[in-house]
Amino acid sequence: MAGHMTYDEQKKLVVYGLKLLGAITIIEVLIALLAKGHLIHGVHFTGVLHYLYMALMVGFSLYKAYFIVYNFMHMGSEVQGLRWSVLLPTLLLVWAVIAFFQEGHSWGARRNLIHKKDSEQVKEKPATGSLDFDKATYQSLI
Amino acid sequence: MASEAAVLEHGHDVEDQLWSGGQEPFKASYGKLMMWYFLLSDAFTFSGFLIAYGALRFSSNVWPIPDFVFEKAPFGIHNLFGGKAPLVFVTFMTFVLIASSVTMVRAVQEGHRNNQRGVVFWMLLTVIGGLVFLSCQAWEWTTLIKEEGVTIHTNPFSMHTESGTYMSGKELEAAGFSKVEHDEHGAKSVYYLPVGKPDVEENRYFEKVSHEGVPFAGKSFEAEQPYLITINHSTHQYEHGAYMNSNKEIMREAFGPVAFGALFFFITGFHGFHVFSGVAFLTIVLVNAGSGVYAKRNNHYEMVEKIGLYWHFVDLVWVFVFLVFYLL
Repeated sequence: MAGHMTYDEQKKLVVYGLKLLGAITIIEVLIALLAKGHLIHGVHFTGVLHYLYMALMVGFSLYKAYFIVYNFMHMGSEVQGLRWSVLLPTLLLVWAVIAFFQEGHSWGARRNLIHKKDSEQVKEKPATGSLDFDKATYQSLI
Repeated sequence: MASEAAVLEHGHDVEDQLWSGGQEPFKASYGKLMMWYFLLSDAFTFSGFLIAYGALRFSSNVWPIPDFVFEKAPFGIHNLFGGKAPLVFVTFMTFVLIASSVTMVRAVQEGHRNNQRGVVFWMLLTVIGGLVFLSCQAWEWTTLIKEEGVTIHTNPFSMHTESGTYMSGKELEAAGFSKVEHDEHGAKSVYYLPVGKPDVEENRYFEKVSHEGVPFAGKSFEAEQPYLITINHSTHQYEHGAYMNSNKEIMREAFGPVAFGALFFFITGFHGFHVFSGVAFLTIVLVNAGSGVYAKRNNHYEMVEKIGLYWHFVDLVWVFVFLVFYLL
């Protein structure tokens, strides 16, 4: 428990938490609106900047998650065994995210390839009325 | 820690004692430990759904753009921002849940001091926060379903794949389309059919007008810009706007990926169900705390702490739903 903190310290932590999480959320949303072109006309994050933006958003959310779990849910003052038995399995989700985003991307790539091939024109080779071997090969086969 | 040092010194007798029952190896009560493991399993369930969303979104060439889909707010608040308030309402919802998490921590702190009235007061604020969030989510769903026509099998939100210009009815007629004026018990709609095509849903081209009555004729767009297919509220038909692309072909707006509606309603619904059940349990614990049930147990209101863990988990899931659906 948070028994090592005085009552006043506990109340201060809560107010700090509210302000911190609120501030991070506002910053997240402002960056999101900027990246999508709503704040400054003409500014729109594409390419590398877009990936950087996504990493930043994920980073902010992971920080908020850490703060809530460690401070509001008091994981910070729990015994190591409890803490790691809950937190370590969540690392498996990193694997799941990478695997399935790669999977989704390959579904899309495959579907696009199929559509592209479907709309391709196939040029028929004109029939010659005989097997397309040269005479020597034909002789060796019969 | 003392118990670990004891294990090293006395070998495995003490360890056996620690794990043979009747002890708390993790220094937490059974109820609290099991709540943590339940939350871990629920985290995996939500992760499964969010990862499915990610996989399907990555596999699609087009996807609705969140800041376009979610740009309204109740009571016409979005009109204060010039008609569009992208992500504003959903940010407010995030603040509501964060605030309710903070009031929950205060309730737990008062419980540790055995302050019965403090527990009831702060838990009441938490319940109110939960109810406000549920009302906001209900408004969001109602707007999407009733006004914009999103269902679990139809998605009128999408993004353009090519550049083009919207056409007016007159331009369509000039291009040889035949105008059809349909009136079914007062439900009026006007559409245009290409030459020789039967009058079925997929052949109907409409002059695009937004839900607010703003005509789109002559407006141009580029690839990757978002659009919403207008739904006629009296005929319940989707009026696919007609446009001309850069190859001078006359096209009509296509529906967006079907999965969007199903995923949005299912994932936010599942989260909303957790908020609802959280509010129900919080109310039960609140009433019990007020009646003195927990004071008798002499455990510093541990039940309040356990339900607090569940409530913080609900907030945590929302952080990631907010990230995945609205920010990315």
